[in-house]
Amino acid sequence: MVAAATSLATAWIETVWKALAAVTDPEIPVISVVELGIVRSVEWRADELIVTVTPTYSGCPATELIAADIDRALAATGIAKYRIETKLAPAWTTDWIDPAARDRLARFGITPPGVRSSDPLRAIDVSAISRRRTAEPVACPRCASRHTRELSRFGSTPCKAQYRCEDCLEPFDYFKPH
Amino acid sequence: MSSDRQLFDYLLCLGDSALVLSQRLGEWVGHGPVLEEDIALTNVGLDLLGQARLWYAYAGEVEARFASAGRGEDALAFLRDSGEFRNLLLVERPNGNYADTMARQFYFDHWHRLLLARLVQSRDARIAEIAAKSLKEVAYHVERSTDWVIRLGDGTDESHAKMQAAIDELWMYTGEMFDAVETEIALADEKIGCDVRALAEPWQKTVADVLAEATLVIPMGTWMQGAKGRGGKQGLHSEELGRMLATMQTLQRSYPGAQW
Repeated sequence: MVAAATSLATAWIETVWKALAAVTDPEIPVISVVELGIVRSVEWRADELIVTVTPTYSGCPATELIAADIDRALAATGIAKYRIETKLAPAWTTDWIDPAARDRLARFGITPPGVRSSDPLRAIDVSAISRRRTAEPVACPRCASRHTRELSRFGSTPCKAQYRCEDCLEPFDYFKPH
Repeated sequence: MSSDRQLFDYLLCLGDSALVLSQRLGEWVGHGPVLEEDIALTNVGLDLLGQARLWYAYAGEVEARFASAGRGEDALAFLRDSGEFRNLLLVERPNGNYADTMARQFYFDHWHRLLLARLVQSRDARIAEIAAKSLKEVAYHVERSTDWVIRLGDGTDESHAKMQAAIDELWMYTGEMFDAVETEIALADEKIGCDVRALAEPWQKTVADVLAEATLVIPMGTWMQGAKGRGGKQGLHSEELGRMLATMQTLQRSYPGAQW
């Protein structure tokens, strides 16, 4: 009896992960919330299934929409009792983005995040800012040229910066390492 | 031993500076010099708004421990008068021209970053996690406003003159950032808050380095607005805050409890 209940509980967790894998980011439909790394855990607490999510940027307008989409996906599984909880720590990082999803981002026209240079406590390098140098050159998602230029540190969403390729001359989004 | 009342006040200081600056940046919507800047300013504003919400949510929970009920984020943002706001005077300064907006952001961002970097170590786990989340976002804000101060300062004669004027004009509002009030000292002693007096030296050093790179002269004035316990953290504000709140709060004041 106990073993059967346990395997049922485990099966529900698998079902929920599968359902969440089908929930995509509203702004970047080629990546799921699981691949984005914002679903931190799915676990039972007594008879309630707790799905823990973490926000990307604290003011990202997509956060509430994503929560509503997750809620709809959970309801559709038919699970009796569940709850979505938000957790801030540890803070979300682009390092949690699934490697497979990174290639899809590039094909979608968004250069995936590079290596995170951001120790937020590092000393400010005034001359690097002045020369507008990034830790590594950002490649164009269309022609792969590394001859690119930052247009603005913020793009269509808080997580992206706007760049322009100096070779194919197309503008593109860069998913900022965060 | 600090009280919940002091912790509540402290959280309001943090939330109010973020909210007021966010609202100021929002005033640029549709007025930015180019589309990219319009978008960037509102993205910085959104980050700050998100951070204000986190501070307010926690403040409301703390308030419930000593008052009959804790207020929610909307009540804290929309139903308090200017005398109840605890933000720094710097962030309520009007937008002015682009140099004014960037100078204000530059002074604030460098202070904000130093503050959050210390609050990450707070013994209060909630403060520590909100600070850690915010610090990552503020790292971009710092780079952006620093970049603009250098570009405009080391730009044309006109942009240089405007940036120098903005840097000079706002200087007198920076003293308050390093003027610790009783609540801050009490919370800093318990390693919950940060003693802002310790931020003055690293802030001045970075600001001096950037201004030198920007070919700007660091202001030398020593008279500071709002110092000696008579500033924003005590609820003493310029009339500019009242006007800003009138715009920001009008909907909730006219239609209490409105939802959309």
